[in-house]
Amino acid sequence: MERFLSVDLNLVIPLFVALPLTMAFLILMASRWLRWLPDTLGNLTLLALAGLSFLCLGHNVVYHMGDWITPLGVDLRLDPLAALLLIAVNGIGFLAGVYSIHYMRQFTSKSRYYALFLLMIAGMNGVVLTADLFNLYVFMELASVASYALVGFGCQHEELEASFKYLVLGSLATLLVLVGVALIYGMTGSLNMAHIATKLSAMPSTKPLVFSLALLICGFGLKSALVPFHAWLPDAHPSAPAPISAMLSGVVIKAIGVYVLARLFFNVFGVTPTLLWVLQLLGVVSMVVGVFLAIGQWDMKRLFAYHSISQIGYVVLGLGLGTPLGIIGGLYHLINHSVFKSLLFLNAGAVEYATGTRELKHLGGLNQSLPLTGKTTLIASMSIAGIPPFNGFWSKLLIIVACLQSGHYWLGGWAVFVSLMTLASFLKVQKYAFFAAASSTLGTIRKVPFFMSASLVVLALLCLATAFAVITGLSTPAFITPAADVLLKGVITL
Amino acid sequence: MIYTLCFILIVVGLYGIVVKRNIVKIIVGFVIMDCGVHLLLILEGWRHQGEVPILQKGMDLTQFISRAVDPLPQAMVLTSIVISLGILALMVALAIRLHERYGTFDIDEMRRLKG
Repeated sequence: MERFLSVDLNLVIPLFVALPLTMAFLILMASRWLRWLPDTLGNLTLLALAGLSFLCLGHNVVYHMGDWITPLGVDLRLDPLAALLLIAVNGIGFLAGVYSIHYMRQFTSKSRYYALFLLMIAGMNGVVLTADLFNLYVFMELASVASYALVGFGCQHEELEASFKYLVLGSLATLLVLVGVALIYGMTGSLNMAHIATKLSAMPSTKPLVFSLALLICGFGLKSALVPFHAWLPDAHPSAPAPISAMLSGVVIKAIGVYVLARLFFNVFGVTPTLLWVLQLLGVVSMVVGVFLAIGQWDMKRLFAYHSISQIGYVVLGLGLGTPLGIIGGLYHLINHSVFKSLLFLNAGAVEYATGTRELKHLGGLNQSLPLTGKTTLIASMSIAGIPPFNGFWSKLLIIVACLQSGHYWLGGWAVFVSLMTLASFLKVQKYAFFAAASSTLGTIRKVPFFMSASLVVLALLCLATAFAVITGLSTPAFITPAADVLLKGVITL
Repeated sequence: MIYTLCFILIVVGLYGIVVKRNIVKIIVGFVIMDCGVHLLLILEGWRHQGEVPILQKGMDLTQFISRAVDPLPQAMVLTSIVISLGILALMVALAIRLHERYGTFDIDEMRRLKG
């Protein structure tokens, strides 16, 4: 056991990309003969990845691909921040994978579904680990292309429409990022993040640099659906199958959006007051606009999708404050949001599976007919609205305190206000779908199968478990603090 | 000068993506923008009267470095072209499926998703 735990991480890191890629290929090849194979192989891979990501916690390793030395080859860099994101990506990925064992029986071609799912995971793991700008672009495209295809998986009118919208805006974002990367390469002659950081810190801030930063903000802002760039999210996220919505809202917008923004600005370009101001502005605007658009929605998943925009606003606001407490709060909220938002989307999927609709006006009385889903939805709603024992409360508290501490009273006020609005809109969901008298338009209600309930329960427990991170002190939650230190250390040097 | 032309290509593509209402025209806009970005990338490594960046026996290393073009952007463009080919294929496939469902290429008539 001791020997197993002290496994060489240099062997583990490339597996995060290589394993899902290989398995995606194998699943497609072999599922022609074995019908049970996609479920088993897909979920075993996801389980293995989730296990491996826990091994990485608290380590600092640089893996040189193909043994090329640093400026020449492509590096994968593991640090506490990357480890945190890896756990989120692979953990939520595994739970969504378990959920889809039953859920995806409504669709055809499970093998393609799992292959695309694993490609998406491989892309995100690559984005989180890579220390090379162009490599980042390649992995981002891998994750995005898989998610475009997964959004349109149902091939109905709405799904195709949403997928096309997502595809056009997403590929526009990656082109902007590519132009930004090209300009930075032209200025520094390097693609390695540490190299770029060293060279840029010796250079004065020039107009091309500002232009490429603006391009990167637009590109990754589009990917993480911050408010002026959010148009695709409320279409794409509800149209995907439920486990994919959970992945998209829970992990994808963070791993290839907010995480990259934070990594590039804090560790490569170095933050300036102007940059922080831009992040704060984007954060607050997304927070407020997202919640106002959410409260008027009657489609359950669409309501949740607008809340994703609003909650991402909290994360970006926390990071944009630039103070230690703000960054800790932002990262903590990022992890919490990935837990409760994926739980919410999986719940919406369970409701849709059981009743055949997700229109709040047609639902009602689900607390009697689906008691388990009712309870898990209640937990998730309380987490997102920030009710004390659950995780959402602690991270929002940290962000609000950080706002007040750094003298941004207005931002703190907005954060409190948005939290109240969130509470209001989730009371609406609870009232119409779960507490109201059973609607007469509802037909027979199917039972939620075992694997779907199992991942709902695990995620609901995680909502409570992540709240225990504050046990080590409110301003220094466990696991989050080392990750925040990575960002606080500023520009990486060789 | 050539850089300006690149940016003109990028902006023309962007105009196509943002303004046009026909799916096929949006896709063409994407392709134009893509070409602009790839040209920009290639230009980063370009050098006037440069040499092929292959080191052969008996070449003077310092002279070689001062004359050869940068090979890295070429490798990147190759990767990027392959990626954009994949995206283009997906776009066209989706466009065909959309045409099957709606019977039109006009995005103004595809309004099943509300606000």
